[in-house]
Amino acid sequence: MINNSYDVIIIGGGVVGCATARELTKYDLKIALLEKSTDICAGQSKANTAIIHGGYDAKPGTKKAYYNVLGNKMFGKVCEELDVPHEWNGSLVVSFESDQDDKIFELYQRGQKNGVPNLGIIKHDEIMRREPNINPEARLALDVQNGGICCPYELTIAYAENAAKNGADFFRSSQVTSIRRENEAWIVETPSQIFSCKAVVNCAGMYSDEIHNMVSKDKLSIQPRRGEYYLIDKKYASAFHSAIFQVPGKMGKGILIARTVDGTTLVGPTAEDIQDKTDTRTTAEGLSKALAGAKITWPSLPTRAFITTFSGLRSHCDRDDFVIGKVSDAPLFFDAAGVESPGLTSSPAIGFELAEMVAQALNSGKNDKFDPIRKGIPKFRELSNETRAKLIADNSDFAKVVCRCETVTEAEIREAIRRPVGAVTVDGIKIRTRAGMGRCQAGFCTPRVLEILSEELNIPLEMVRKFGGDSKYVYGKIFEASEASHD
Amino acid sequence: MTNIDILIIGGGPAGLAAAVGAYEAGARDILILEREEALGGILKQCIHNGFGLHTFKEELTGPEYAQRYIDKVLSYEIPYQLNSMVLDISADKVVTCVSHENGVQQFKAGAIILCMGCRERPRGALGIPGERCAGIFTAGTAQKLVNLEGYMPGKKVVILGSGDIGLIMARRMTFVGAEVLCCVELMPYSSGLKRNIVQCLDDYNIPLYLSHTVVDISGKERVTGVTIAEVDSSLKPVPGTEQYFECDTLLLSVGLLPENELSEMAGVSLSPNTSGAVVDESLQTSVPGIFAAGNVLHVHDLVDFVSQEAELAGKNAALYVSSSEHTGNEPGFRQVVMGNGVNAIVPQKISATPSQDVRMMFRPRAVYKKAQIVASIGDTVLYTKKAKILAPGEMVNFTLSKVSLSSADVNEPLNVMIKEAA
Repeated sequence: MINNSYDVIIIGGGVVGCATARELTKYDLKIALLEKSTDICAGQSKANTAIIHGGYDAKPGTKKAYYNVLGNKMFGKVCEELDVPHEWNGSLVVSFESDQDDKIFELYQRGQKNGVPNLGIIKHDEIMRREPNINPEARLALDVQNGGICCPYELTIAYAENAAKNGADFFRSSQVTSIRRENEAWIVETPSQIFSCKAVVNCAGMYSDEIHNMVSKDKLSIQPRRGEYYLIDKKYASAFHSAIFQVPGKMGKGILIARTVDGTTLVGPTAEDIQDKTDTRTTAEGLSKALAGAKITWPSLPTRAFITTFSGLRSHCDRDDFVIGKVSDAPLFFDAAGVESPGLTSSPAIGFELAEMVAQALNSGKNDKFDPIRKGIPKFRELSNETRAKLIADNSDFAKVVCRCETVTEAEIREAIRRPVGAVTVDGIKIRTRAGMGRCQAGFCTPRVLEILSEELNIPLEMVRKFGGDSKYVYGKIFEASEASHD
Repeated sequence: MTNIDILIIGGGPAGLAAAVGAYEAGARDILILEREEALGGILKQCIHNGFGLHTFKEELTGPEYAQRYIDKVLSYEIPYQLNSMVLDISADKVVTCVSHENGVQQFKAGAIILCMGCRERPRGALGIPGERCAGIFTAGTAQKLVNLEGYMPGKKVVILGSGDIGLIMARRMTFVGAEVLCCVELMPYSSGLKRNIVQCLDDYNIPLYLSHTVVDISGKERVTGVTIAEVDSSLKPVPGTEQYFECDTLLLSVGLLPENELSEMAGVSLSPNTSGAVVDESLQTSVPGIFAAGNVLHVHDLVDFVSQEAELAGKNAALYVSSSEHTGNEPGFRQVVMGNGVNAIVPQKISATPSQDVRMMFRPRAVYKKAQIVASIGDTVLYTKKAKILAPGEMVNFTLSKVSLSSADVNEPLNVMIKEAA
């Protein structure tokens, strides 16, 4: 057992946990982040709609409304500092039936109350002019000019890399099994280590209720809500300019069509309350619902262009709002619990305010050495031939294209592993470089990616995993493997 | 920027034969760009035999078949460049490539032959529901892991789709000690060759479930099982027919897709029917001087036909660069119309007066017994042949004489159809 003493321990390596870690490194504090999965960005943060929400949707006066609007304002600067792809392409919330029109006006009013800037309402002709592929039944649309899109995994990874650069320690495969108060300190245990710290920040997403309930009598409950998605080939990147929402319902914002910063188009999500917090399966019913819903917005949706399906879980809290701040019956214990959509948009604001609260409570000064800048891994696919040639001159691995569909080079993959909080799995490579995210869905690049991971991590190829646990690709060498199985 | 008469994109079976065809037609300034570290393409991993029966009248393995063409390329001293990935082709035939040895390169080509092959349709394209665990491979990826890397991708295997690679992998996985539980096919017939069903499934008592599909994949981390169900005539799963197979691996052999991303960059028109370029009988695409052959044009069953097609493309590319003027499509083209039962026909258009006999290739839409293939222009039948059985898994090909084609009015389309038995 190792003894690790910190000022602050953050539990959870999703976008909120990593944002909070980065914000805390602006203070003179010793920080650790504990993540239960093999890699950070393993839950909601990697499977969502990748939207920078305007802030018109949440009920006025809620934390969701407050952090959404504030997070939206902070988003651009954070993305600039951290070199995260994003685009302010706006959102439209569209009514397709006359009885939905009132809802558009209602959302407009709500947005005004929430302080969303530059909201407007546009009519059929203007909708059709801007989005020629939309269902011509479109009647009215809330014009959300401060809506945008971003890369949610790169944001999460970028926060983590920048936090690590500024001194935060990251412990992955470190599920918190107990938290107790001892001699004015928190003792946080994982299966392999014991940590002590002054303050704890709970950013455990889907499990933020369990972490909260370890220390507080005021119990929380998180309901996993699953959303299923289709992903459309980047060939259709120009089908829609803005993210197109339908009129929201009780369970969420409805089925939307949203281009990603990488040119693919997301279609979804459904919203289904489930029991198991790890159940990220896709279902025939869910996928057909997503498709039927999407066709309302996009009648000529090209079903032949689907490249994959996936599902994401949202952590819906029984308080029906984010739970942010001090826990009343646990000293120096802070929650960012029940953060579901618009959690990605809110993350800069939640991280900023939580760090401020913690620093005040610990009476901490500023970290003078804090460097806000993080540069992303060069994206070979987006560079000019001149820049490509320069990179290759310095590192010939840039001339080795491993992922054909997304033009990802061996240099990018190796760097993704070598960076602080680097990739340790195939999915880790995927979210850091896009290798395997294209139209062949890793058919061609998998064998080479396995080899590179095996080399860089110095582990046998049969130990290379897709994510955690037993998610291995191969059972050793042929014949050796089958003989072993008959022992 | 380097000028090249004929640039061939891809050094697999199509690219090699295209180079040979071009050389034998007199071209000398040829370059093959291959993205992998060796010539041969997908044949490198096809270590089973059965290749070359048509071309060489003997049974070769994939690497042996490829070597025959590699030897020719070497004896003709046709230049090739390995580890070279083409990033872009423009409509004026400027090709940008990145290679391990030479970095970023640009070529200005007189003619280009597209020979990029195809890729496998992944799980996501079908929307197969279930968990998102490890242990799901396309059959070709598993084939590469086993045959080229020597790794065992699974021990207890279910195969979805009865395409040829899936069938071959059923046998291959059995050979290396895995247990192959079954092969599951959505359609009421296999999309693979009959001989592969017999030699890869029947000989090893591997059951083939026709009109079945995978309705669920279980396993949080690695696959732990697969649920299959029967499908009705509209291909929807029938509730109550589910069967669960405990396994650690699901292999997918659910279709091949021509890789035409580069073709599209060059502005080449694609056929929604083949997912390959629209070509005339010389295999020239809609962009003058750009030709296409092999699986990038349409997915073949037999490599012998890939080679034949690519040699023709090579020859025509050589003619294209040697003729001094290209006035485009001035004589006009006869359209080819797919009639009853005909799918994915190539070529899609034929010159008014073709300079050579024209080979037509298509896939039957379904299984037809005691049927007749008929090609006609107006009331004139150019070709007819009776067939005991026609199936989507076996491509049909036949040749039309240039004389009969040239004598008919070019504005009259060529109709190709399958006449079903009454």
